Amino acid sequence: MTVNLIPGSVLIFGALLVPLIRGRLQSAYLLALPLLSLYFLLGLPYGEYGQISLFDYTLTSIRVDKLSFVFGIIFHFAAFLSVLYALHVRDNVQHVTGLIYAGSAISAVFAGDLISLFVYWELTAVSSAFLIWASRTERSYRAGMRYLIIQVTSGLFLLAGIIFHVQESGKIAFDVLSLSGPGATLIFIAFGIKCAFPLLHNWLQDAYPEATVTGTVFLSAFTTKLAVYALARGFPGTEMLIWIGAIMTAFPIFYAVIENDLRRVLAYSLNNQLGFMVVGIGIGTQLSLNGTVAHAFAHIIYKALLFMSMGAVLFRTGTVKGSELGGLYKSMPYTTTFCIVGAASISAFPLFSGFVSKSLIMSAAVDESHIITWLVLLFASAGVFHHSGIKIPFFAFFAHDSGIRCKEAPFNMLLAMGLAAFLCIGIGIFPTPLFNLLPYAVEYVPYTTTHVLTQLQLLIFSALAFAVLKRTGLYPPELNLIHLDSDWFYRRLPRLVWEGLCVPVVRIINQGQASVSGRISGMTITIPKSWALGQMVLLIVFLLLSFLVVNFWYR
Amino acid sequence: MKSEKKYWLDDSRNVDKIFWGLCWVCLLLVLPDLFYHRHVYFSWEGWTGFYSLYGFIACFGLVLLAKQLRKIVKQKEDYYDS
Repeated sequence: MTVNLIPGSVLIFGALLVPLIRGRLQSAYLLALPLLSLYFLLGLPYGEYGQISLFDYTLTSIRVDKLSFVFGIIFHFAAFLSVLYALHVRDNVQHVTGLIYAGSAISAVFAGDLISLFVYWELTAVSSAFLIWASRTERSYRAGMRYLIIQVTSGLFLLAGIIFHVQESGKIAFDVLSLSGPGATLIFIAFGIKCAFPLLHNWLQDAYPEATVTGTVFLSAFTTKLAVYALARGFPGTEMLIWIGAIMTAFPIFYAVIENDLRRVLAYSLNNQLGFMVVGIGIGTQLSLNGTVAHAFAHIIYKALLFMSMGAVLFRTGTVKGSELGGLYKSMPYTTTFCIVGAASISAFPLFSGFVSKSLIMSAAVDESHIITWLVLLFASAGVFHHSGIKIPFFAFFAHDSGIRCKEAPFNMLLAMGLAAFLCIGIGIFPTPLFNLLPYAVEYVPYTTTHVLTQLQLLIFSALAFAVLKRTGLYPPELNLIHLDSDWFYRRLPRLVWEGLCVPVVRIINQGQASVSGRISGMTITIPKSWALGQMVLLIVFLLLSFLVVNFWYR
Repeated sequence: MKSEKKYWLDDSRNVDKIFWGLCWVCLLLVLPDLFYHRHVYFSWEGWTGFYSLYGFIACFGLVLLAKQLRKIVKQKEDYYDS
């Protein structure tokens, strides 16, 4: 009898041995781990098992069904591609944390109960932060800290939600949770933070572009898609998600148009793609949930491909700023080609993967007569082509020649990009194997004359709009600016309140004290000199305490 | 400085060719609307050139609105560092 390993555990424990091995053997070992892990996953029967008793509760560490299986498969693909892309890196911290991160995301998908989910949820948060810190700059240190604080906050909401939920229902199984009562609501918010819901989203655009060249590829695949999985598992058919998702598809693309850092543009477009998946969950029909899963599957590959191509540019030129790049197709022809394949896939060009997956969600929106949502999604589809399909390849590889001449990307990077590009086209031309993996039976034909024609009309006319704007000079230039987003509320507002309100008030008190009571009691209030991360930690402690208080009160 | 290989795209006339080529492709894509009856869910979706116009206006509007957005949200690069 074979042992049923928790999916992902091979990666988590295998990662710990990485520092002991060197050179080519280490490369072979790194590549073998995801394949070995996938092999174990394919051998698992459907069902719930791996029960572990913990106090009064029985944890279900493995639940294999169609939904967890398909996410497990794509997470393994992503892990393999990311490892291959990072093979040249001589930094064990990144290899180890990258694998633990991928492994814990996979384990989370197969967790059958909320407590196991919480454990892996936190493990993904902590391990992934190292991929940002591995840039080893002051900037990345701070960005990683902010990222970690927000991820941990999401974990806190999840934990608090679980406690309430267990009190209400007495069950710890992770099944469909209806959005009623504080437990499910808190869990919903926890998922929402990780899924980058509007106004909870900015950790994504803040942190991902600060990670290492290879770390961003890891990051792009797991955290947010784990949240999509969790929402699809816990809240399918929650109508609020349709609106949230629709806003997510439309709102970030405005930022993507004006953003200069091309990896940040990709982060905004990642946010927009999540929107499509969230809409699919919100509609909640078999077709739309299939669409969400299919889109997550295709998206992980083409998004990784796009981040890989921009990573290669950063690796070779030292910058990914649109204002400083251009004409790189001369130096990096293969990277250019792979980037265009990724761009065509995310734009949902016929014969590329996005076309077959996104259309499931669009059709589901039409079937359920969500006309406004459908129009917003159509707008976002045109917009995504604009900023990911055109802007990314155009400013990096074409536009005006920046004069930068560099080497083509390293072989392992090209191999990873080539493999991802192959999958993008493969899924686009032969969607049947993907459709067979989906949770429900698919009776959908993506390639109809109407669909191909309308999609081409939409996209080519979007391209025309770009060309006209560019030729008339109406197109906004790429500028080195910061565009304020919702992170302002936690990065600057507290400091403004502190400096504008707290400090003057304390000063007045001090002055009054000095003249009246100071001589008697000798008390003064000291003002801390600088605004530091300490205050952020204080905020977390405050959140923790408030959960505790609310919990007492609720009982 | 050593003379570099001249690429086809380096000539601005070729970039013009791409632009006009794109215009022709657009025209060819709208033509089927005049005689091919598309399978539609909403009546207005079947209007001649609906998708073409929607795509064009969406992108045009997106960029112009984003330009306005930049005016509101832009800050110097070291805004958060100070």
